[in-house]
Amino acid sequence: MSALDAAPAGSVAPPVARGIGPWAQAWRRLARNPWAVVGASLLLLVGLLCALGPYVIPGFPDPESTNPANHNQGPSGAHWFGTDSLGRDCFARVLVGGQMSLLVGLVATFVSVFIGTLWGAVAGYYGGRLDEVMMRFVDFLYGIPYMFLVILITLMFEDKDRGNSLPIFAALGAVQWLSMARIVRGQVIGLRHQEFVLAARTAGASDARIIGRHILPNCVGPIVVYATLTVPAVILLESALSYLGLGVDLSWGRLVDEGVAVINGIQVDWWLLLFPSLFLAVTLLSLNLVGDALRDAVDPKTRR
Amino acid sequence: MRGLPVLRVLGGLALGFLAFLLARSGLGVPLALVLGAVVGAAGARFLPRMALSRVLWAIPLFLLLLFVAIQLMFLAPGDPFASEKNTSAAVREEQGKKYGTLDRSFVGGAVFFRRYVENLVADGYMGPAIKVEGRSVTELLLPALPVSLTLGLLSLVIATALGMTLGIRAGLKPGSLADGLGMGVSMIGVSLPSFVIGALLILVFSLKLGWLPVAGWGGFRHLILPAITLALPYAAYIARLARSGTIEVMTQDFVRTARAKGLAESEVVMKHAFKGAIVPVVSYLGPAAAQIMTGSFVVETLFGIPGMGQYFVKGAVNRDYYVVLGTMLLYSGFVILFNLLVDLAYAQLDPRVRERG
Repeated sequence: MSALDAAPAGSVAPPVARGIGPWAQAWRRLARNPWAVVGASLLLLVGLLCALGPYVIPGFPDPESTNPANHNQGPSGAHWFGTDSLGRDCFARVLVGGQMSLLVGLVATFVSVFIGTLWGAVAGYYGGRLDEVMMRFVDFLYGIPYMFLVILITLMFEDKDRGNSLPIFAALGAVQWLSMARIVRGQVIGLRHQEFVLAARTAGASDARIIGRHILPNCVGPIVVYATLTVPAVILLESALSYLGLGVDLSWGRLVDEGVAVINGIQVDWWLLLFPSLFLAVTLLSLNLVGDALRDAVDPKTRR
Repeated sequence: MRGLPVLRVLGGLALGFLAFLLARSGLGVPLALVLGAVVGAAGARFLPRMALSRVLWAIPLFLLLLFVAIQLMFLAPGDPFASEKNTSAAVREEQGKKYGTLDRSFVGGAVFFRRYVENLVADGYMGPAIKVEGRSVTELLLPALPVSLTLGLLSLVIATALGMTLGIRAGLKPGSLADGLGMGVSMIGVSLPSFVIGALLILVFSLKLGWLPVAGWGGFRHLILPAITLALPYAAYIARLARSGTIEVMTQDFVRTARAKGLAESEVVMKHAFKGAIVPVVSYLGPAAAQIMTGSFVVETLFGIPGMGQYFVKGAVNRDYYVVLGTMLLYSGFVILFNLLVDLAYAQLDPRVRERG
């Protein structure tokens, strides 16, 4: 990116020293924020554990293999997080379920970033009647409880093959793009009359090229920030779907749901609730912390 | 005023028509007509332009939502009669014809949509509940509606009150202990699924302490835990909004002036900080209402509350098309109504919106 392209983002904050670009500044602010560092470390830890744990931990149990003789055991050396009512190892289930939850979060966020950015950029860039119609549509969807659409889309793909969780990703991503569209639109409106856009247009660049090469690179900050905050929202939404019996087969949401089911005052298999909830909460908390810190780092105006 | 205020007239007509539709089944046609005319005229006269245009847009978008929902349902595999055993193909065809669900192509969906809208506008009829023999959707949902509304509104009130209190306290002294504690709690509030919070509340207050009922629906005592469970995540978010609003307003010059002229700190807070905090919160209340309503699916299931959420989820799983559409219409209708009220409140709070209106 040339210095000219980066100018609008850099004009927000006065440079700390000569030769330090806006991204380097943002990075410095981020690294100085203890909450961001804690959040990012925890996130990395959980992410690595879930992504690699099942493959590198020796003797990693199969999350689906049942063992009736060994059911409802508390945490022990053999079963770190205990076992469930079918004797399945909870440590294995939490890690493998985590893979699914994180994947749902990432893929759905990717879908939402894609739709939201495109929608917001087109509405903001062309403005006028088109902008009004597009944003009215967004307003309307905002007003509609989105769970309706999620559930209906989920049903559409409900087939004999329950292992296929792609539709859930799509459904969750397809309802989470509204805020993204609003944010990107706001940014694009602020940028579309800047001199460098005018210069590109004078040079004969097409609208698609102006949006893709000149405008969107200047919106990366807010997009990244909001995407970071979308991941936890999606994971939470998936857990609600799991609770209603519509989620994917094995995820943190499903495990937490199973854990909640055994809280009945008579039999307290606390480990079934504690460990999945802990992983879920730590992940969501870290993502929220990192997202907030990123927002402060990219846009110093909001920092106090 | 220049020219004919087209937007006002059309918006008033749309509003009056919607009021008429809502009131008809309860009041009968003549009374509902009067009510619709009064509401429409009052709306055209007093509502801000923004709100009127929202009402006007709501009608085509509402129809679009219905259409999309019907097409989605028809695309989903399975039909309302698939789970009933011992139904021959002939019987199923008969039933499919009876309920208009036989032709599941795009065109079939369009025909279904037309019939549904015609019935709705002509008689306020929302169709039969396919899975509950001999009952209409209206009969099924009418007792559940006040339950869901009570729960939703109470949660919204709790979320707003709690969130504003925490947020303003935190925003007045950013970086203080109260700020850190409040924001820490709200961080945790948005990081746990509501059914976990609810289950823990049940465990402590119902099972261990025995103060409140575990589940069910009856008096006010049954409402407390579900309403709090539903409210907490939104309280957390509102607290964050109120906090940044308060911080923003407290650095303004007029706050310094107010202090300089010797206003007591409590009055500065009540007169200025409160206003700064409430504006972003009010604009969030519309989306919050929509989400609290659907958040209640989970909470209603957890606490065994006979609200509309269970009908939607059950209806969707059983492919009880009319029940699904009915719950969607009722929920969305109330959310739109609530958004109108929020627009009005917002116009009162923000002079820029008021003057444009």
